[in-house]
Amino acid sequence: MRDLLTIAHLTLHETVRRRVLLAALIGGAAFLVLFAVGMHFVNLDAVKSDASAMERRIMFSILTLAGLFAASRLVMMTAVLLPVDTLSGEIASGVIQTVASKPIRRRDIVLGKWLGHWLVMAGYLVLLTGGVLLIIRVIAHQSPPRLERGLPLMLLEGTVLLTLSIAGGTRLSTITNGMFAFGLYGIAFIGNWVEQIGTFTDNEAARYVGTVASLIMPSEAMWQLAAAHMQPTLMRELGATPFSPLSVPSAAMVWWSLGYVVVALAIGLRIFQKRPL
Amino acid sequence: MTALVETRGLRKQFGSKVAVDDLSLTVRRGEVFGFLGPNGAGKTTSLKMLLGLIEPSAGSAMVLGAPIGDRRARAKLGFLPEHFRFPDWLTGREMLRFHGRLYGMGGTALAVRADELLARVDLLDAAHQPIRTYSKGMMQRVGLAQALLNRPELVFLDEPTSGLDPLGRLLVRDIIRELRAEGTSVFLNSHLLGEVEATCDRVVFVKAGRTVHELRLGGDASALDVELRMGPLMNGTLEMLERFGRVEPVPGLGRNEPGTSVAETRVRLRVTNEETLPELARSLVERGVALYEMKLARKSLEAWFLEVMGEEQRPG
Repeated sequence: MRDLLTIAHLTLHETVRRRVLLAALIGGAAFLVLFAVGMHFVNLDAVKSDASAMERRIMFSILTLAGLFAASRLVMMTAVLLPVDTLSGEIASGVIQTVASKPIRRRDIVLGKWLGHWLVMAGYLVLLTGGVLLIIRVIAHQSPPRLERGLPLMLLEGTVLLTLSIAGGTRLSTITNGMFAFGLYGIAFIGNWVEQIGTFTDNEAARYVGTVASLIMPSEAMWQLAAAHMQPTLMRELGATPFSPLSVPSAAMVWWSLGYVVVALAIGLRIFQKRPL
Repeated sequence: MTALVETRGLRKQFGSKVAVDDLSLTVRRGEVFGFLGPNGAGKTTSLKMLLGLIEPSAGSAMVLGAPIGDRRARAKLGFLPEHFRFPDWLTGREMLRFHGRLYGMGGTALAVRADELLARVDLLDAAHQPIRTYSKGMMQRVGLAQALLNRPELVFLDEPTSGLDPLGRLLVRDIIRELRAEGTSVFLNSHLLGEVEATCDRVVFVKAGRTVHELRLGGDASALDVELRMGPLMNGTLEMLERFGRVEPVPGLGRNEPGTSVAETRVRLRVTNEETLPELARSLVERGVALYEMKLARKSLEAWFLEVMGEEQRPG
């Protein structure tokens, strides 16, 4: 455990020292500022047009989910890019040799890096979603429902991608690993749209394709489930917002995602254990 | 002496390529062991197998009395890789402390040891600078310090002087000598035969992934050449000399040398060990041969290398 924490600490230290965290914070802050300015003007318009409470609620629910959707994309990119070369890069450069020749278990290297990057990603998620929710609260005096369910699902979405990126790095080169992770994300993204359209048009085959895509990469399904939770029930059931999924992933998909994380990490550990360094 | 490393028929195959074919060697406690061979002979792969970085395809090996890769054994090893890199955003001091923690060290003891080593490799002034600002020689030296953090019983050094200027090489040579004096064994993989000759007690030559020759340096008589400068030889003297070893013709044999008033004879004799030399001198004197000079003419490691590896290994 001590070795694992040493590696996790080094990983955290690296994000600070290499200004990765700073870049992410600047990007996140720019996003929040833009979101706040947009909300401010939307709110001014709503006040001017004397919108009803229901209209305001619908409008700000949509905007809140839009903000959380953007935050989830930023977190998703961070989850892939942040650790994409952490193992493959160190293997290619030889940095790993001096570390792995120490009295440390190889699994502690992988798990330590996973933990360090997960903490950064989780912190980034808290910062961005916290920022979005705070802005909505201050400007529109609203809060989305069931945050205690939605936010952990967003975290699980990022965790799936982060784990895939780290596990891929045990075997693939940095570029191939990045392409692989984003490729899978693309499958999940398109698969979700195909599933929604299939539901809308009552096309069973399209729905099936979407479900298979979610099984291959469940990250997008987690966002859909999170979005379904974080909007008022009536709006979700009416499909009143672009974030109201017509086909809401089942709770079993959460277990699938958790299993996906565990299995992906186990495969990565197994590969790294055997890999010549 | 106890064996710290013992391999038997160690083999590593990557796909169809055999990197190490049949490596059998022993490294003894307290010795500086040289591991020599041309490029592609499998030296680095062998070394990585001993460190547990690469799993062997066949054969067996024990390092510090444990199977290779054993964590308790690795706690007593030091390693400087050939193409080493460290996280370049760390300072030299931070890098040493990080590696020290991986050895299970911590607190004041680690801080003191790190600074002690930084001073030893002449990097104390640069300890607070990020490694990315270091020259290649400074990187090599901080890497060497990293390999010594845990006061290892056995240090693996893979080309430790590559990229170093002559002063840096002297520093590495001094450190290796200090390690030997402290009883630490050193496994040295180097192309620089002069370095190996100056520091190693024993060398093993590897060719195409196999150990092909072993040589003891400094004291071993298997390669002892003696050059004799004598007066005119009497009948039967050459035959007598051949009883001690192989007689080789040398320039000047049996000719008048400039500046000498009598005919001199120069003979090079390869003897089996140093102990025969007093008897050789006595035998010559008893036969009435004027013995002017008897000097050891050791064969250089480079000459050995070429002989063991064969001329076909020479490029061009």
